[in-house]
Amino acid sequence: MEAVLDQFDAVLKAFGYTALLFAVSGVFSVLLGTLLVSMRVGPIAVLNRAAAVYITVVRNTPLVMIFMFFQLGAGKVWNLLNFQWVDIHIGTLDFTSFFTAAVVSLSLYTACFVAEALRSGVNAVPLGQAEAARAIGLPFSGVMSQVVLPQAFRASVPPLASTLIALLKNTSVAAAFGVLEAAAQMKIFTNNHADQRWGIFIAFALGYIILVEVVSLFATLLERRWRIA
Amino acid sequence: MPAAVLFDAPGPATVARHRIYTFVGIAAIAGLIAFAFYRLWASGQMTYEKWEPFFTPRYIEAILVDGLLITLQMAFLAIIGAVVFGVIFGVGKLSDHAWLRWPCWLVVEFFRAVPVILLMIFCFYAIFGDFEPLNTRTYWSVVLALTLYNGAVLAEVFRAGVNAVPKGQAEAAYAIGMRKTQVMTLVLLPQAVKIMIPAIISQCVVALKDTALGYVIAGVGLTRMARQIFPTFQNHVATIIVIASLYILVNLLLTWLANWVQRKYVGEKKVLEVSMVGEHGTTTGAPFDSR
Repeated sequence: MEAVLDQFDAVLKAFGYTALLFAVSGVFSVLLGTLLVSMRVGPIAVLNRAAAVYITVVRNTPLVMIFMFFQLGAGKVWNLLNFQWVDIHIGTLDFTSFFTAAVVSLSLYTACFVAEALRSGVNAVPLGQAEAARAIGLPFSGVMSQVVLPQAFRASVPPLASTLIALLKNTSVAAAFGVLEAAAQMKIFTNNHADQRWGIFIAFALGYIILVEVVSLFATLLERRWRIA
Repeated sequence: MPAAVLFDAPGPATVARHRIYTFVGIAAIAGLIAFAFYRLWASGQMTYEKWEPFFTPRYIEAILVDGLLITLQMAFLAIIGAVVFGVIFGVGKLSDHAWLRWPCWLVVEFFRAVPVILLMIFCFYAIFGDFEPLNTRTYWSVVLALTLYNGAVLAEVFRAGVNAVPKGQAEAAYAIGMRKTQVMTLVLLPQAVKIMIPAIISQCVVALKDTALGYVIAGVGLTRMARQIFPTFQNHVATIIVIASLYILVNLLLTWLANWVQRKYVGEKKVLEVSMVGEHGTTTGAPFDSR
């Protein structure tokens, strides 16, 4: 435990990377997931199939393989995809090609789960709601924006929260691919301080638990706030 | 919600518009695929040398035996361990005694909230630190870490499964004079298992995918094969495609099996819903109290 306390700023920085990975890929995966789900439930059969195939393939691929592709493979196929053009420094934090590759992998992977979570939300809206909306003469846009989507959005908060918590835990995969986030920092500590392994593990586990609890508390609050009746 | 309700039966103008969207969609997707293949070809990834190991019997055997088989073994052992862990802690969480319920709740929540990679690193250095050779050390670290994580998830599945059995079942069992243990083992468990099997098979997919996380600690199974093929052939793209396809194939088989079991034994009933980690207000759950 002393090792953790002595170098507490290193620990904080590591968890900072974890939180940033989570935030940036969270935004991108929600955006991509929304695109996927609108293709998935939309009326165009081709886009429907394409989204379904993408979701099936990616959600059955281990995240490590996706990371491996964007770390070792993609740059060899197309120069732009080696992400060497990303080189941003804010304060003491560096956002390099490793960070970008991690964000891309996490976003592409998480997007399918986001899409499935949103789709389960759409499916949770009772059939009668859409029928009633149609019966009172709302056009498609009205049915969607006034009746179906508001309910679907509420219903998809819990599965979406689970997905985001999984994303938070999955950021640790970046440890194996050159991002010095919490899991990587823990590996370094564990390697250097053989006598304090239990303490180090407990400390880092607590860090993750705190982050997870923050996300889940936030989700619970939102769910309560938006619950109808 | 079926799409038919969301959308009006399209009229002639909409049909024409949809046709345009369809063509644009096909063109975009075909363009993407064509571009991907063009880049693969232009960057020299499609040459025979890059794909040679996957046509060489010696390598195919190594990938299947030292790769796929080891990966499946790890996933299998982890799931067996996880079921045992899940039953023990799931029953523990359902206990009437607070001194038993709370520790079980704590253990389950802990392992559900901590990333598997953290567990693997910890197992690798602290628990199996003295294991030789490296291969066995990685192997058992992966198995133990996955057992703990999936076990915690299954404990939750298990609790949900027991709670999904209609309340009258337990009440009837008590009415004919069964003891608590008998109610659990003779009445609730057999019915809960039926509901849980699809969820357990789905968890196999998770476990199988997560064996790849062993990459963090030197890698074992398929990811290790990938690491060994890279330096000889310099064929990262081809190897990643082949190894990922193997994972996808096995996972699709498992998913299909889960769906089949669901249809055959559970019917079209909803799949078990498990609360998310750290969810508040769902922590107590003795099935025997009359809520």
